Amino acid sequence: MDKIKLDAWVGIFVAIGVISLLGLAMKVGNLTSNDIRETYTVTANFENIGGLKPRAPVKGAGVVVGRVNSIVFDTEAYHAVVSIDIDKRYVFPKDTFANIYTAGLLGEQYIGLEAGGEEKNLEQGDRITQTQDAVVLEKLISQFLYSKASEEE
Amino acid sequence: MKILLKFFEKIGRSFSSRTLRLGAATRLFFLILIYSADSFKRIHLTIREIYFTGVMSLVIIIVSAFFVGMVLGLQGYYTLQKYGSSEAIGVLVALSLVRELGPVVTALLFAGRAGTAITAEIGLMKATEQLSAMEMMAVSPIARIIAPRFWAGVITMPILASIFSMVGVLGGYVVAVPIIGVDEGAFWSQMQANVDFRFDIVNGLIKSVVFGIACTIIALFEGFDAPPTAEGVSRATTRTVVTSSLAILALDFVLTSFMISG
Amino acid sequence: MSNNIISIKDLRFGYGDHLLHKGIDMEFPRGKVSAIMGGSGSGKTTILRLIGGQLKPTSGQVEVDGTIVHKQNRDGIYRLRRKMGMLFQHGALFSDLSVFENVAFPMREHTNLPENIIKDLVLLKLNAVGLRGAAYLMPPELSGGMARRVALARAIALDPDIIMYDEPFAGLDPISMAVICDLIRSLNDALGATSIIVTHDVAETFSFADYIYFVAEGVVAAEGSPKQLMASKLPFVKQFIHAEKDGPVPFHYNAPSMKEDFAL
Repeated sequence: MDKIKLDAWVGIFVAIGVISLLGLAMKVGNLTSNDIRETYTVTANFENIGGLKPRAPVKGAGVVVGRVNSIVFDTEAYHAVVSIDIDKRYVFPKDTFANIYTAGLLGEQYIGLEAGGEEKNLEQGDRITQTQDAVVLEKLISQFLYSKASEEE
Repeated sequence: MKILLKFFEKIGRSFSSRTLRLGAATRLFFLILIYSADSFKRIHLTIREIYFTGVMSLVIIIVSAFFVGMVLGLQGYYTLQKYGSSEAIGVLVALSLVRELGPVVTALLFAGRAGTAITAEIGLMKATEQLSAMEMMAVSPIARIIAPRFWAGVITMPILASIFSMVGVLGGYVVAVPIIGVDEGAFWSQMQANVDFRFDIVNGLIKSVVFGIACTIIALFEGFDAPPTAEGVSRATTRTVVTSSLAILALDFVLTSFMISG
Repeated sequence: MSNNIISIKDLRFGYGDHLLHKGIDMEFPRGKVSAIMGGSGSGKTTILRLIGGQLKPTSGQVEVDGTIVHKQNRDGIYRLRRKMGMLFQHGALFSDLSVFENVAFPMREHTNLPENIIKDLVLLKLNAVGLRGAAYLMPPELSGGMARRVALARAIALDPDIIMYDEPFAGLDPISMAVICDLIRSLNDALGATSIIVTHDVAETFSFADYIYFVAEGVVAAEGSPKQLMASKLPFVKQFIHAEKDGPVPFHYNAPSMKEDFAL
């Protein structure tokens, strides 16, 4: 098998492999242009993050505008500090609400941003002050039982 | 009583001989790393081996992947539609392939096809004294023959695994959408929403590289270590397939538990 | 510079407890053709491997061109091997390379000669063994005798000072045997090299070798020129040279007495 034919076949082989990988990444996976764009980071504090995980989506009006970067526990104020990377294309005012929602009934959790009315926008390093914690099922159930009990009285 | 003792003696001996072989294989691995400079300076040696391990495995990989993808589509749909979730078929096919079946089945097929070919070739070269002849000509057979095959295996495996996963997804698509009638948009969009590049695809690639290292080393070692007779070489090729398969499945478990726990 | 290019002193070598060589002394003068003969399993081929540094002696020393072989590191052994050419029993040609590529292999690995010079050299070496016309055949297409001649051309590719032959006559037809005999002698003289042949072929070897060593039971049992050995009175030498069925090397393998086995 002479050199040129061999090299050609190996080249084709590697090319098919790379195309497959790209196909997998784009068509099958979620490597969209979002992940390659520039982002700015803001933080938000929550009393309870529920099942929120790093890399969870951050959505505005249901559209993915960013991702959760990291979640740490503040040992002085005893709450969770969530930092999120928002795509530079999207700006939100300083009084934006950050709520933790669940996708579907039992799906994974994400952060939904609802814009407020202020003129000034969030910038790198700012903190979102209006937050709403995740809905914890046990609290819901105990609330229900409590209200049921008081109804009976 | 004597029979029991003999039984333990046999186990002990097989354990110690396996440990010795593991040590010898590890030594071969480090020798390969040390002598690898030639595989990259004389890149043509490695390219030639990529042809024989990779290009020659393309047909079996593509055909198997297509069938596996189709079966996944069929079986997956059959189970999912019981729970009214038949639109998740895309996710099921894609995740099964990218996370597990792609790397694992590719590695098993590789061990069977390319692995045995490597073992037989090197065993034969040893039996006909070609390796000795090379040594006597002051050329290291590890640098010239073994190392290029090692690097070819490590490079080829993730390429084959990606091709397997992609073709498998297409196989699943062919069964789910045109044949069964699942909505095409739902198929792809649910898949894209649930397959994460970093967690699923990249982890799958890491697995296939690890499998590539393991399978290629096993194939090379068995060939290098084989007794220089026809029977010895044939037994060595059988050992390659068995040891590689067990190693792949065991490593798969170890890697998966690492990856899931983060 | 001593007269002996290779000298082996009190060589002992074995695997585990069992010693194969129990004190061997041999000397190989420059420019001569020497043979090492003995029964199967007497360790003849192992001596070649000890000279080439593929094995390390248990004790004693092997000296090649003034250098003690087993004391060398990897680079040192490789430098010694470049002065050696070895012909393996069945040729050991690289099955994936053509005849031309096989002979060119040592040149391409150890020299920086340009391709056109390599081509001329390869064809010259093949011409010396009579196979210039077979240059582009592949090893599976060659007969046993031809394969061995190509291997010989490869062994002399870099004009070595020492050429070693491992059973060069095994399995050859009379014509090929005559050809190889002639080549061993003429190449040795043309290159000014020293040749060592491991064999148990008496007739052929005695016709052109200068000196012969007989190895038995781990030591040199007899040595001398062919003429001296033909006249030797030693029973072992006589049995070997005159191909006698029974003698110091017994016909019957160790067995219990006939009475026991046949229940007489």
